[in-house]
Amino acid sequence: MKLIILNDYDQASEWAAKYIRNKILHFQPGPNKFFTLGLPTGSTPLGCYKKMIEYYKNGEISFEFVKTFNMDEYVGLPRNHPESYHSFMWNNFFKHIDIRAENAHILDGNAADLQAECSSFEEKIKEAGGIELFVGGIGPDGHIAFNEPGSSLVSRTRVKTLAKDTIMANARFFDGDLSKVPTMALTVGVGTVMDAKEVMILITGAHKAFALYKAIEEGVNHMWTVSAFQQHPQTVFVCDEDATLELRVKTVKYFKGTPKSWLLWGGEREL
Amino acid sequence: MPSNKSVSDAPIIQFTNCRILREHKLQREDLWVRDGKILDPEKLFFDEQGYADRRLDCGGAIVAPGFIDVQINGGYGVDFSQPCEDVSAGVSLVAKKILEHGVTSFCPTLVTSPPAVYHQVLPQISVHSGGPEGAGVLGFHLEGPFISSDKRGAHPERFLRTFRSGGTDDLMETYGSLDNVAMVTLAPELPHSQSVVSTLRQKGVTVSLGHSVANLSQAEDAVRHGASFITHLFNAMLPFHHRDPGIVGLLTSDQIPAGRTVFYGMIADGIHTNPAALRIAHRAHPSGLVLVTDAITAMGLPPGRHTLGQQEVQIQGPHAYVAGTKTLSGSIATMDMCVRHFKQAAGCSVEDALEAAALHPARLLGLSHRKGSLHYGADADLVLLDDGLRVRATYISGEEVWRAEL
Repeated sequence: MKLIILNDYDQASEWAAKYIRNKILHFQPGPNKFFTLGLPTGSTPLGCYKKMIEYYKNGEISFEFVKTFNMDEYVGLPRNHPESYHSFMWNNFFKHIDIRAENAHILDGNAADLQAECSSFEEKIKEAGGIELFVGGIGPDGHIAFNEPGSSLVSRTRVKTLAKDTIMANARFFDGDLSKVPTMALTVGVGTVMDAKEVMILITGAHKAFALYKAIEEGVNHMWTVSAFQQHPQTVFVCDEDATLELRVKTVKYFKGTPKSWLLWGGEREL
Repeated sequence: MPSNKSVSDAPIIQFTNCRILREHKLQREDLWVRDGKILDPEKLFFDEQGYADRRLDCGGAIVAPGFIDVQINGGYGVDFSQPCEDVSAGVSLVAKKILEHGVTSFCPTLVTSPPAVYHQVLPQISVHSGGPEGAGVLGFHLEGPFISSDKRGAHPERFLRTFRSGGTDDLMETYGSLDNVAMVTLAPELPHSQSVVSTLRQKGVTVSLGHSVANLSQAEDAVRHGASFITHLFNAMLPFHHRDPGIVGLLTSDQIPAGRTVFYGMIADGIHTNPAALRIAHRAHPSGLVLVTDAITAMGLPPGRHTLGQQEVQIQGPHAYVAGTKTLSGSIATMDMCVRHFKQAAGCSVEDALEAAALHPARLLGLSHRKGSLHYGADADLVLLDDGLRVRATYISGEEVWRAEL
C-alpha cells in the first residue's frame, strides 16, 4: 500500500482530489471510454468533493465521461430525505458538476426487491467494465462502506444491518436521535471494492486513528474489514497527522519518507 | 447539454450565478423552472435523468418571488374607480407598467363609489394569470363603501353606506357580484357587520378592517368572524391608545383564533407612516406585515392635478393630497421603492423586506402554495434584484416579461 500522510484535513482533501483528477485526466475518458469511479459519503470526503468541484469550475476537469458508483444507501429512507445518500451526492457533488444522471449510480434503498437491486448494481459495474478507482472511507469500527465487523471479506453488494457503532456515529445527522437512524443499508461488498483496479481510502481525524492502526498494522481480519485491502495490489491510504496517532513511529517515518511525487505520471501533472 | 426528460417535453431553464430566497434566507443556489413552475432539480436528476435546456446567468443577482400588491388604485393616468367603457384597457396598462417595479400579481383597488360604478367595472375584469402583457390580476380589492364617515380619508362621503337590511343584501346590492373580488375593506363597528364578515369569508373573500373608528374588541370580534387584514395600518383608524389600542391592538392581541394570523398593510413610502411607527408595528408583529403601495392614478405621472375616484388630487413632490387640503390621498410610490424604504426604515434583513412584499401577501390571500415563494411547484413569478434592491428583471411563469436597460 501507499500511506500518504498530510498535515491536516484540508491538505488531505486536496491531495485526494488532485489524485482523482489526475487519474481521470491521465485515463483520457471519452464517449466510448468512461472512467468508472467508486464514491463514498460522510463527512470525511466533503473536503475532497469541494476541491473536485473547484477543479471542474476552473475548467481543469469534466465529469461528462465519468461513471460513478456510490458505495451504499440507507434502506427505507425516502430518496429526497435530506440525510439520504442520494441527497448527499446531489447537494455535495452532482449538482455542481457536469455529470449526466444516467452515469451516476446509487443503490436504491426503496427498491421493491432489495437483493435484486443489489445484484443489478453488481451487473451495472460489470457492464461498465469494472471500477478504475474506488474511493472509500473508514468507520471508527474499521468498516469499509457498510461492511460492518464480521462481514465476509469476499462479500458482494447486499443488504446489511448496521452495527451499533455505526448508528451512533450517524446519529448526529438525525438530530442526535438514535431512533431516527435507519437500521439497514444496501452496501457494496468488500469483494466488490477489492475488484476495483485501484482503491483509495480517506482517513482523517483522531477518532479514526485506532481503526487505521487495526487496518494496516494488524492482520487481515473480518472484524476490521478495511484490512482486506492489504491484499489488494493498488491501495492508497490518504490521511492527516491525527489519523496516524495510533500507528508505530516506524510506520509513520517510513511512509513520510517516501516522496509524494510517486504519483507523477511522466511529469504530466504535479501534485 | 441536451435535455432528456420522461415527464414533460417543456424546456427546462436553470437560473445560475444567483442568490435565491428560500426558507427565509438568501442562498447561493440555482433555480430551475419548467412549465412555468419552480422545478426540483434533484428529482429531475434522479427520477428523469434530465438536465437544463438553457442556462441563464443572473450575474450575481438576487432572485426573489415576484411582488404582490394588494392595494393599488391605479397609476399612469388610469383610475380603476373611474367608470368608463374599457376598464380592462386601463387595468392592462397598469398591469404592464408595474412589471417594472417587480410586481407580478396585484389586486386592482376600487375606492368608495356608487353602486353603478361597481356594477359597470367589476364584470369587466376577471381573475387571470400574468404574462408578457402584464402582472396577473388576483381579484379586486373593494375599499369601501361600508366604512366610517369619520375616517373616510379621501373617500367621497356621499357614497358611504351602512348595512341597513342586515348585511349581505346591502353587499350584493352595492357590488353586484363578488365573483372576481379578492378582498373587501370595511369598518367592523357598523351594525350587522359580523354576518357580512362571515359571509365574505365563506365565499373566499379576504376581509380587511379599515377606515374605521372601531375599538379593539370590535376589531377582535371581526377577526373572530373571519377578518384577517388591516388596511394601511395607522392610517384612517383611531390612533393607538394605551387603554384602548383600537385596530392597531390586533397586532399583539391574544384573542386571535389559534392558527390564524392577522396581516396588516403598510404603505412604506416614508410619508404615510413615520419610520418609528413602522418599526413599532414591524417589531410587534413582523410576520404580519404586508407592503402595499396604495398607489393612485398619479403614480408614474409628472406633478400636477389628477382624478381619483370622484375627487381631485394634487401631486407635490412625493406627496399626493386631496386637492385644496392636506389630507393624504394615496401614495405615488412604487412597490420596489416601498421594499427599499421599508428595509432601510425598519433596519430589517433583505429577506424580511422581500417577504413582506411577496410571501406575506400570498399568505394573506391564501395563495402561498403557488405564489409568494420559490418552493418546488410554485409559480415561477420572479423578480431579479441587485444588492440595492433595484429591479433588474421580472419573470412571470418562468418567462422574462421585463428587463432593465443597463
